[in-house]
Amino acid sequence: MDKQKNKYYYLKGIKNGMPICLGYLAVSFTLGITARNAGMTAWQAMLTSLACNASAGQYAGFTVIAAGGSYFEMILMELVANARYLLMSCSLSQKFSPETGLLHRMLVGYDVTDEIFGVAVSEPGKLNPFYNYGMMTVAIPGWSLGTFFGVIMGNILPANIVSALSVGLYGMFLAIIIPPARKSKVIAALVTISMVSSYIFSRLPVISNISSGIRTIILTVVIAGLAAVLFPVKEEYEHEA
Amino acid sequence: MKHNIYIYILVMFAVTYLIRVLPLTLIRKEIKNKTIRSFLYYVPYVTLAVMTFPAIMEATNSPVAGLAALIVGIILAWCGRSLFQVAVLSCVVVFVLELFL
Repeated sequence: MDKQKNKYYYLKGIKNGMPICLGYLAVSFTLGITARNAGMTAWQAMLTSLACNASAGQYAGFTVIAAGGSYFEMILMELVANARYLLMSCSLSQKFSPETGLLHRMLVGYDVTDEIFGVAVSEPGKLNPFYNYGMMTVAIPGWSLGTFFGVIMGNILPANIVSALSVGLYGMFLAIIIPPARKSKVIAALVTISMVSSYIFSRLPVISNISSGIRTIILTVVIAGLAAVLFPVKEEYEHEA
Repeated sequence: MKHNIYIYILVMFAVTYLIRVLPLTLIRKEIKNKTIRSFLYYVPYVTLAVMTFPAIMEATNSPVAGLAALIVGIILAWCGRSLFQVAVLSCVVVFVLELFL
């Protein structure tokens, strides 16, 4: 029925997926170098990227492979490194209209990443799966090809280019969280508190030894949980956001 | 015991995919509970903020360039620049600054 709308969202997804693709090329390039150090071929590393689309999860997995760890260890490692996606998918499930079919849900679930999730939730109202498909169309090749070239070309890309590109993903995050923070004092305070706590957690002894994935989960649950109790969202406000 | 690389990859895929797809497929209805709704509404802002700082300073060769990109990114986003512009200009800030640092 809404073919026109699907096409609109697909194209919009491709456009907003371009910075994701560029950022992924840079990040997955360095991921490829890790894979090569773990003794993987370019094909195996690219296959992993195609299957997982997960930065921290893949880094963690490659360290298990490099160490020759058990499959059970791999399961635990992946659970921990990817647990934040569980929160994101719960949050994303509320962005779907209840009529959204199983196939759409399974396809969107294939590529819930920090970046794609961030862009998808910033879309006002209900989420059209074709928006995700558009982003996936450019993001997935960026991620897997970057990994492939990281393995075969190693350190060919100049360090200053990699350094500059790696900031693009964070710039994208800012473009997602700052405009709502301008409109809502609660969100502005949450963003500030989150950044400050994250910095403190990364510097404190003992806590800084916990993996960054786990720190992200702990801080998210505590801060968003407190905010939910103290500042429950009003319905009409929620719809516009 | 020698491990098969493809089983490793299969395990990574299975765990990663299930974590993402189970909430999307099992939670079909709109959650009515106000606190849970509010929690899920706040999750992305907190998660993305936590992941951005201080990681942005560790992603660049020079932490100062990363911090500058953060500040410039916040200002540009505050002024309503598009996602693409904020992302690209943050990269430009780092590239230019690191020529001098």
